[in-house]
Amino acid sequence: MKLQEFLFPAAFVPRLESLDKEGVIRELVEALAQAERIPKTRVSAVVEALLERERLGSTGIGKGIAVPHAKHRCVKEVVGTVGLGVRGVEFAALDGEPVYVFFLLVSPVNSPGEHLAALGLISEALKDDTFCSFLRQARTRQDLVDLLVEADAGKYAP
Amino acid sequence: MARQQQHPSECVREVILGNPAGLHARPATAFVDRATKFHSDVVLIKDGREANGKSIIEILALGAEQGARLTLSTRGPDARAALEALLGLLETKLDET
Repeated sequence: MKLQEFLFPAAFVPRLESLDKEGVIRELVEALAQAERIPKTRVSAVVEALLERERLGSTGIGKGIAVPHAKHRCVKEVVGTVGLGVRGVEFAALDGEPVYVFFLLVSPVNSPGEHLAALGLISEALKDDTFCSFLRQARTRQDLVDLLVEADAGKYAP
Repeated sequence: MARQQQHPSECVREVILGNPAGLHARPATAFVDRATKFHSDVVLIKDGREANGKSIIEILALGAEQGARLTLSTRGPDARAALEALLGLLETKLDET
């Protein structure tokens, strides 16, 4: 599996307008709907599933990064997008720091393996400090695409 | 089994991951929460790849599915207590998403 197989550039939001958790999640889900990766009629339901998951514990995993995710029946395979906050977003992250980079995933209901693999691939790249630093410096959709292409080519593999 | 809480020691054990959904974000978070309560270094190994047991990102990067064979290694003054506490988390069916 490659990052580019489930992170769709058409849905990337290089400059998030929202400044709070719910707003960021909604903005990213709407972008996925605009990019026709989830049905437009399911935006609210998917947002609610993601917020419900956040209530169980923040997906802010530290280093200014969050991976909001949820399962929903409206997808047949993992779909995801990337968003960048111009300002840090208070996300109740585990290290208490504001979040600047969001990898949002929506997974099908009955394929934990696929979800795990997607999360694993993202985390593998995030282990690399150079990758994280370039992510924080990214300003455009193309910056993000370039980074994912490099990560998929193994540039940030240990 | 002799307890060696007073002296730095290393404990190593193999474990089969119990959680049906694998070591995804919430169980990984629970694991790290527990691991950071100990002074000992905690390392989780899968297929020769090591993860710092106190880093969620490193644990998620293992992508460990149910049934995965993991090696848990703890090293430090409370290595045995840490091993026992963390083994329990890996072996049992952790809460589901």
